[in-house]
Amino acid sequence: MNLASSVDPQLADLSNKLIYSAMAVYVIAMFAHIFEWTFGSKGAVAVRSVEQAGLAAAVAAAQGPAKGAKKVTVTVASADGGTTTLTRTALADAGATVVTSGRDTVADLDGPGAAGSSEKGDLAGRIAVSLAALGAVLHAGAVLTRGLSVVRWPWGNMYEFSCAFALAMVVAYLGLLAAKKPVRWLGLPVLVAVILTLGLAVTVLYTESEQLVPALHSYWLAIHVSTAIFCGGAFYAAFIATVLYLGKDTYDRRIAAGRTSGPLGTPASIWQRLPAAATFDKLSYRINAIVFPLWTFTIVAGAIWAEAAWGKYWEWDPKETWSFITWVFYACYLHARATAGWKGRKAAYLALLAFACWLFNYYGVNIFVTGKHSYAGV
Amino acid sequence: MSTQTDLETDAERLSSAPTEQDGPSGIGALGWLRWTWRQLTSMRVALILLFLLSLAAIPGSLIPQNSQNAFKVQTWKAAHPGVSPVYEKLQLFDVYSSAWFSAIYILLFVSLAGCIIPRTWQFVGVLRAKPPAAPKNLTRMPVYAAWHTEAGHKAVNAAAYAQLKRRGFRAHLSGGAVAAEKGYLREVGNLAFHLSLFALLAGFAWASLASGEGGKLVIEKQGYSNTATQLDDFTGSQFYGLEDLDPFGFKLDGFTARYATSGPQAGSARQFTAHIRYWTGSDTGKLTKGDIEVNHPLEIGGNKVFLIGHGYAPVVTVKNAKGEKVYSGPTAFLPQDGNLTSTGVLKVNDYGEKDGKKTQLGFNGYFLPTAPESFEKTGPVSLFPDAADPMLVLTAYAGDLGTDSGLPQNVYQLDTKHLTQLTQDGNPARARLKPGQAWTLPDGYGTLTFEGYQQWASFTVSHRPGNSIALIGAVAAILGLIGSLFVQRRRVWVRATAGPDGRTLVEVAGLARSESARIAEELAEIAVDLQDDAPAVDDEPSDEPARTAQDSKE
Ligand code: HEM
Repeated sequence: MNLASSVDPQLADLSNKLIYSAMAVYVIAMFAHIFEWTFGSKGAVAVRSVEQAGLAAAVAAAQGPAKGAKKVTVTVASADGGTTTLTRTALADAGATVVTSGRDTVADLDGPGAAGSSEKGDLAGRIAVSLAALGAVLHAGAVLTRGLSVVRWPWGNMYEFSCAFALAMVVAYLGLLAAKKPVRWLGLPVLVAVILTLGLAVTVLYTESEQLVPALHSYWLAIHVSTAIFCGGAFYAAFIATVLYLGKDTYDRRIAAGRTSGPLGTPASIWQRLPAAATFDKLSYRINAIVFPLWTFTIVAGAIWAEAAWGKYWEWDPKETWSFITWVFYACYLHARATAGWKGRKAAYLALLAFACWLFNYYGVNIFVTGKHSYAGV
Repeated sequence: MSTQTDLETDAERLSSAPTEQDGPSGIGALGWLRWTWRQLTSMRVALILLFLLSLAAIPGSLIPQNSQNAFKVQTWKAAHPGVSPVYEKLQLFDVYSSAWFSAIYILLFVSLAGCIIPRTWQFVGVLRAKPPAAPKNLTRMPVYAAWHTEAGHKAVNAAAYAQLKRRGFRAHLSGGAVAAEKGYLREVGNLAFHLSLFALLAGFAWASLASGEGGKLVIEKQGYSNTATQLDDFTGSQFYGLEDLDPFGFKLDGFTARYATSGPQAGSARQFTAHIRYWTGSDTGKLTKGDIEVNHPLEIGGNKVFLIGHGYAPVVTVKNAKGEKVYSGPTAFLPQDGNLTSTGVLKVNDYGEKDGKKTQLGFNGYFLPTAPESFEKTGPVSLFPDAADPMLVLTAYAGDLGTDSGLPQNVYQLDTKHLTQLTQDGNPARARLKPGQAWTLPDGYGTLTFEGYQQWASFTVSHRPGNSIALIGAVAAILGLIGSLFVQRRRVWVRATAGPDGRTLVEVAGLARSESARIAEELAEIAVDLQDDAPAVDDEPSDEPARTAQDSKE
């Protein structure tokens, strides 16, 4: 009955080293982002961003071969009274080109990004992104070796869960960048969140690499926990977008009221460089709406697993209860978005509350409340 | 200019959500009743009820609940004597079956029924009617495009109709314009989602009305048949009592437990498997092999059998003063810690007579699967859950066990009221036995032999109907949500009109909920495709001035 071989101590050790390396790289990346923001505040903000310059070129290109081509310009009225146009051009032998351009529009109100017009700032931002990518590679290696050291999914306790969750967040952010979405402004908040999560993981939540107790021997572990991790990362991103929406909205109001600084005395130049409030609002809604069905699935998968492990699919165990509370709050938020008089800030507050429940479910319930989900290992 | 609210109300019409009403209309009690009902079924009240539901679920996660751990509730009450009666009154130890929690979800479901059923009919009406005709002024729609063409207006309208049909729109052509709509799956999904919540509730309700659950501890080589007399405990419900137990049984052939032997988590469990053979119905002869593990219950005769716990049962033989065997067999001891330090008692009911007096013997003590070298530092605790170096530690009593009184007794406890502890040299008599060792009891009471040990496993036998309804409800809910959140319901209109200059003006317009970014691209695609049949005139005048001119006319 020799099970000593079931944990590979070298791989486990390598995993720990990789996590620390990843954290170090993330911290440097965070500083690079801070430089980006600092340099950016010195440049003139009104200058067009690189993306917008690129857009202008694309417009010109699309309008060039218009003779004989099929071309339609759609006017889009946005909720705040502005209009945008979208031009689609289709040549007989080439694919379609779509160009959006704004005039007095939301798109125009989206700021130029953290670096503003500063080249140094832009360089710092690029360095930050490269470092974040390097950190993600090390981080992924850490999660992988941790799993390999015990030949199972690397999310059997809170330490592993936190590492995987932080990785999901970085990968989601880098994925958006890779898809050419202008989200570099997300870098700083994402890195801060990731460093906090990993810091907590290696200090408070750390557990040695080990095999699982029989209650966790189930393929539902892979399904239920990995979707939960993904939902967590996405809810986190939506939370950041919601906070920025509230901040930007407050900033807009303060400016309208003739003040010159952002909420809590933050410098206006930060807010000027960020996207418009409506962009944040839409982003947080989209993320939450995409994640909600998956979160529902996570809870259902958990219930199925509970049925197999304990005989009842729902027992109001604290973890189940808080998942339910989180779910209902997000349902509340989605309802609010569809209810007259509740859109905008009120709905945003509900989203914050829902995320607070999610956080409590993750940290609070695992650490302070005892229930059947006692896999935390703390 | 079209204002924001106009656009929003337009878009809102793409949902059959109830509209808000401000005050009671009509007179008297009936008016108020109607108003109350409308309020209850409004989105705002649904929102508030949802909010209340999540708040109401919180205390149950922080205060111990009877339904989960009645013992913890007792301990908590003892520790907080001041507030306990108040909590009791407020049903805070039974939150999820409390009057106030039930009130909230019942109101929510009434509200849901009042909201969803009319919406379903309304939606059926929408499906049977034609898509709403094109508004007079298409420029007021949120997305709009126009161009001039030499093609005739009738032909353009017909082509637009055909194209929208091809794209899966429901479309109809009348009054010189095509009206089309798509994305009904959104509404279908939304209705399916909300309706499936009822299925979930029904599954829950049925489960709580017709479920039963029994517990049974079985020692290796022994059998169990699912009857009232054999169960150690049972919780039934309205429609499932002891008389409804399904006929089946099984024999525990063996139990496998494996533990981590090294590393920081040495001793934690790695595998538990109960190997059984079972029968169902009246055919007790036909046995089927099966394994039960944690996470892998076995379905037998409409019941699920779960592995809940395991432990050791020392096998002991007791002989009386005359040398007759009066007790023999395994007795389950209950584990007290992770290393399976187990406690238990042996009750020798049929000891017979000693010195002409009817006597019984009782023993209590510990079974240690891996005993320490000496107890001096640690006391009788096991060092490891596996039986590497088993030891049985016992003290003995003689007298009346009280088992003949007819009152139910705890088999794991000795009632020492009418018992005297046997002593040796003035100290309580005590033995530490390794397998095979015998203990000569003091005062000529006979001998006790520790033959060895067997393992036992405890099972929960659970009869829970309604699971599949709840599961179907849950799957429908998720599918419904996906439809509801990812499908966009949108309308598209195309109007081709003959202009005074002999050319045809083609206008296309679309309407979707404000969250949709794609309607503009979709409209552009439709328009570009339509230019196959209605090519734009090259020296096209900008449509912008036309739009402004029309707007300012209003
Ligand atoms: C039992 C609790 C309920 C839950 C968990 C729930 C959940 C949800 C969710 C998650 C959505 C989002 C889907 C979407 O945005 O399309 C939604 C939409 C909606 N719910 Fe509920 N709901 C509940 C009760 C109600 C009640 C009582 C009403 C009626 C007053 C209602 C009316 C609606 C309507 C009209 C929508 C669609 C809004 C839209 O068109 O976007 N729901 N619900």
